[in-house]
Amino acid sequence: MKILVCISNVPDTTTKITFTDNNTQFNTNGVQFILNPYDEIALARAIELTDGDKGTVTVINVGDVSTEPTIRKALAIGATDAIRINAKPHDAWFVAYQIAQYIKSNPFDLILTGRESIDYNGSKVAAMVAELLDIPSVSIIKKLDVDNNNGTVEREIEGGKEVLTIPLPFVAGTAEGVAEVKIPNMRGIMSARTKPLNIIEPVEVKTFSEVIGYETPAPRGQVKLVPADDVAQLVNLLHEEARVI
Amino acid sequence: MSVLVYTENADGKFKKSTFEVVSYARAIADQNNTKLIAVSIGNVSAAELATLGKYGADKVLNVSTEQLKNFVNQAYASIIAEAAKKESADIVVLSNSFSGRGLAPRLGVKLEAGVADGAVALPEQNDGKFKIKKTAFSGKAFAIVELTSANKIISLTPNAYKVVETDKTASVEDFSLETKAADFAAVIKEIVRSTDKVSLPDADIVVSGGRGLKGPENWGMVEELASLLGAALACSKPVSDAGWRPHSEHVGQTGIAISPNLYIAIGISGAIQHLAGVSSSKVIVVINKDAEAPFFKVADYGIIGDAFEVVPKLITAIKQFKASA
Repeated sequence: MKILVCISNVPDTTTKITFTDNNTQFNTNGVQFILNPYDEIALARAIELTDGDKGTVTVINVGDVSTEPTIRKALAIGATDAIRINAKPHDAWFVAYQIAQYIKSNPFDLILTGRESIDYNGSKVAAMVAELLDIPSVSIIKKLDVDNNNGTVEREIEGGKEVLTIPLPFVAGTAEGVAEVKIPNMRGIMSARTKPLNIIEPVEVKTFSEVIGYETPAPRGQVKLVPADDVAQLVNLLHEEARVI
Repeated sequence: MSVLVYTENADGKFKKSTFEVVSYARAIADQNNTKLIAVSIGNVSAAELATLGKYGADKVLNVSTEQLKNFVNQAYASIIAEAAKKESADIVVLSNSFSGRGLAPRLGVKLEAGVADGAVALPEQNDGKFKIKKTAFSGKAFAIVELTSANKIISLTPNAYKVVETDKTASVEDFSLETKAADFAAVIKEIVRSTDKVSLPDADIVVSGGRGLKGPENWGMVEELASLLGAALACSKPVSDAGWRPHSEHVGQTGIAISPNLYIAIGISGAIQHLAGVSSSKVIVVINKDAEAPFFKVADYGIIGDAFEVVPKLITAIKQFKASA
């Protein structure tokens, strides 16, 4: 089975997010970049599904050369080979278009992404790639099994889940619970240096959106502390002052 | 040019987030001086469909066949795109629900439309541009996105826009169309939906527990508090990683981001990743025995105390409050 895992390079989860240039640019000064946590889950599952001689796992990233350490990390975790499409990830549509173009000449049995990237949270690439290829997609899954030519997934819904069977190929976005993330071992780290990382130039495509600015949330005021022995006061405040109960 | 809104139903009933998205789409239609058409797919009663007029829909397209009774991602996307073309809708609005997240991007491709996911406010359409504020960095910030395509898709964050009621009614029209067999490749085998619990993404009030509760066996009082308040349950990452609570309750940067009216955090210190997931809550209450817990810096109200003493007292106080109301 040939699996493609789409990965993105994102600021690590402890980053305090700030902006520069009059709030038009994300401030990358001192920011550590990592493999998107949900993509790590997708990659781990792909490696489990192809364990032994059962297939290969290719990772693909749309990014400039600064993403290569993250791509090498994916190779160290256990991907077979990697593709970097040499372009900044302008938006989800641009990224999906590049990936879909690649897949058209290089078919895969299963395409996985993380459910969303923790920088823009769009949950869009998986479904856009699938629509461009006219195949099914499930944007947020909690479980994934593959048997012969079919996948069985659990899709998250409000208050529960749906179990679906889908013929390969399809695209799925993995959420927590699909697999435990794998820590690269020494052998993985060594082999990552020599595993193939092919660089491809992007294709031209018209884009439909532009991030033109950012805002940080308004800071909250000072906390109003209620003494632990007068909890009824809190209930009163929530009812009379905050009006939330 | 009109506005189309997809009105999602759960077992034939519309949810609060459905009415929010209709009110929101109505406001956009008013900005553009145009009509709002709703499209509903599934088995929804005529009476339920007509209620959409109250929230601003001029007309409702009703798609109701046995084949489409349950959500089918590809088929629903095709139908909504067809409805948009039929009504010459250049703006399509959905709720950013789990299903909405599956639909919006596919619609973006079908309609060659820019997609603003997770919108938190109405678009600004002055100066000929279409700009919209959406969540970014998992709740740590907002991004202002300009959609430059002729068609536009917006998915609205639940609880970000208040429902607006009018005294209007909507006309309901049956909408039938040919479906493609290929759109039905994914087959539902089972649907599991708990009806007794409030679902976290939809909840107005959320009660959340962290490591301070020491173990899953102590969650009884958290559940009781949630039940009294009609609240959904949530938890911090260490709690779901340890298997004390299901992943679906994990709120935070690598869990779910929520924006309820009230978020009560019990025994959670307030790591930056957790705060990201709850920063859009209208009111935050923190109960923690550590006065230095970072969560107190972003709380509106707080109690410094042992959860095992405070929460039972809070339960009693709420029971009394409800009894006297």
